[in-house]
Amino acid sequence: MIGLNHYLLLATILFGIGVYGVFSKRNAVAILMSIELMLNAVNINFVAINKFIQPSNTIGQLFAIFVIVVAAAEVSVGLALIISIYRHKKSVNLSDFNLMKW
Amino acid sequence: MNYGLLTTEILTAVLGLIVLIAGLLLPERGKKAVGFLAVLGLTVILANVILNFGHEAVFFNGVYQIDIYGNFFKVLFLCAALLVFFMASRYTEFFGQRKSEWFSFMIFATLGMMVMASAGDLITLYVGLELMTISFYILSAYLLNDGLSAEAGIKYLIMGALSSAVLLFGMSLIYAASGSTVFTEIYRTLSAAGNIQPVLVAGIVMMIAGLGFKISAVPFHMWTPDIYQGAPTPVTAYLAVASKAAGFAALVRILLVALPLSLFNWSLALAVLAALTIVIGNLIALAQKNVKRLLAYSSIAQAGYILVGLVAANSYGLKGVLFYAMLYVFSNVGAFAVTTMVEVETGSTELEAFNGLGQRAPMLAAVMTVCLLSLAGIPPLAGFAGKFYLFSGAIQAGYLWLAFVGLLMSMISVYYYLIVAKAMYIGISQKEGPILVPLTARLALWVCLAGTLFIGLYPGPLSRITEMAIGLFL
Repeated sequence: MIGLNHYLLLATILFGIGVYGVFSKRNAVAILMSIELMLNAVNINFVAINKFIQPSNTIGQLFAIFVIVVAAAEVSVGLALIISIYRHKKSVNLSDFNLMKW
Repeated sequence: MNYGLLTTEILTAVLGLIVLIAGLLLPERGKKAVGFLAVLGLTVILANVILNFGHEAVFFNGVYQIDIYGNFFKVLFLCAALLVFFMASRYTEFFGQRKSEWFSFMIFATLGMMVMASAGDLITLYVGLELMTISFYILSAYLLNDGLSAEAGIKYLIMGALSSAVLLFGMSLIYAASGSTVFTEIYRTLSAAGNIQPVLVAGIVMMIAGLGFKISAVPFHMWTPDIYQGAPTPVTAYLAVASKAAGFAALVRILLVALPLSLFNWSLALAVLAALTIVIGNLIALAQKNVKRLLAYSSIAQAGYILVGLVAANSYGLKGVLFYAMLYVFSNVGAFAVTTMVEVETGSTELEAFNGLGQRAPMLAAVMTVCLLSLAGIPPLAGFAGKFYLFSGAIQAGYLWLAFVGLLMSMISVYYYLIVAKAMYIGISQKEGPILVPLTARLALWVCLAGTLFIGLYPGPLSRITEMAIGLFL
C-alpha cells in the first residue's frame, strides 16, 4: 500500500535532484528546468498531504494550482531574460556571465 | 466584512494596468504624462491608506488582514515608490521607449509588497511575494543594452526562483504539520497538538531560509551585491528599501502570529543569523570600490540590524524593526538618489566618479553625507534613534552579546561610509562645472534629507505610530 511517506519521499528526492541540477548545471535553460523540478516536488507534497492529512478540504490542491500558475509566469520571464542575454553574449552558459563576480 | 478597505490594493492593481495601457496608447509626445499619472495615482492611494490608517478588518477567514501593522508597511512602500519615481526622472530616459512600462512594473511590485504585508495565509503570502519578485526580475534586467543589467536579471531570476522553491517546500512541511495554511489556524492546531514534530522544524528552517533570501541575510545574501550593482540604480534603490521591508513584514507576521516563541524557540537561530549578517556585511563593505556595491553590502548589514529587533521580539525590538524600516527608506533612497545623479552625469558608479562632488554639487554631497552618516548611526540622525530601539530591545531580551556585536560593527561601518564622504570633499574631480539636478529629483532629495533629520531629532511621532502597529503581536 502506498502511503503518505512514499509520496513525501518521492517529493524530497525530486527536490534534491532539482537542487543538485541548479548547482551543477551551467546552462541557464537546464537550471530553469531544475527549478521546475523543485517546484513540482512541492506540488506533489501539497497534493499528497491534502489527500492523506486533510481530505475534508482542498487547500493543498489549491496551493498546487497557484504554484503551477506562478511557475509558468516565472519560466516565461526567465526564458525572455535568457533570450535577452543571449543577444549580448551569444551564450546561455552561466560561466560566461561574469561581468560581476558571483 | 468591509470590502471598502480593500480599495488600496484594488486601486493599485487598476493603476498598474492603466499605466501599462496608457503607455501603449499615448503617442510618443504624450509619454511624459505616464510618469505624472503614476505619481498622481500613487499619491491618491497613499492618501487613501493614511485616511483609513486605523481601520482593521479580517477577510475570508483570516486569509487577508487589514490592520495598522499592514497599513504602516503600505505607507512605507508607497513613500518609497514615490521617492524613487521622483528621483528617477532623468534616469528613466535611459529606458527609451519602454519607459512607461517601467512605471507599471514598479506599481505591480508595490502591489505584491502590499499583499505580502497584509497576507494572513501562506498562499496569499506566496502569491504576493512572487508578484513582487517577478516584477523585480524584469526591472533589474531593464537596461537591455547594458550587459551588467541583463546579467543581474538572470542571476536574480535563478537565485530568486531557487529561494522561492525552498520557501514553498518549507510551507508544504508546515502545512503537513498543521493541516492549514492560515496563520491563526496554524497556531491553533500546533499549540493544541503540544509537541513539536521534526517536520515542523524543517519547515520553519526552510521558510526562514526562503524569506532570509528576500531580506538578504547572510548566508542567503550572495545575490545582493551583483544584482544591486547591475540593476538600474532607481530599481536598486527600490529593491533595497521596499523589497527588504516587505520581506521583514512577512517574516515578522508569520513568525509572531503563526509560530510564536511560545510554540517553538527560533530566537537563538535568528540571533546567530543576525550576528553573521552584521559582521559579514560590514566587513566585506570595507573593501568595496563601487558605490552601488558598497551600498549593497551596507544594506546586508542593515538587514542584520533589523533582524536584531525581531530576535528580541519584545516591544522595543519590534518597534525598532518598523522604525528602522521606515527611516531606512529616507536614508537609503537619499543615498541612491545621489548615486543616480552621479551616474547620469558621469556614467559610472565607481568611487572615483564621486570625486569632487562637494564642489560640483554641494547639495548632492550634503545629502549623501547625511544619509550615509544616518545609516552608520551617528546621532542626531535617524539611524541612531533606530539603532537605539533595536539594541535596547536586544539587551532587554537578554541578547547582550548581539547588541555588542551590532554596536562594534556600526563603529566599523563609519569607516566605509566616510570613504565616500572623503571622495566627495577631498577627491579631485576630472570634470568641472555644476551637475544639473532636475526639480523632481531635488524634491526627492529634500524629502530624504528632511525625513532623516526629522526622525532623528524628533522620533516621538514615528515611535508612537510604530507602537500602535505592533500592538497586534504583544
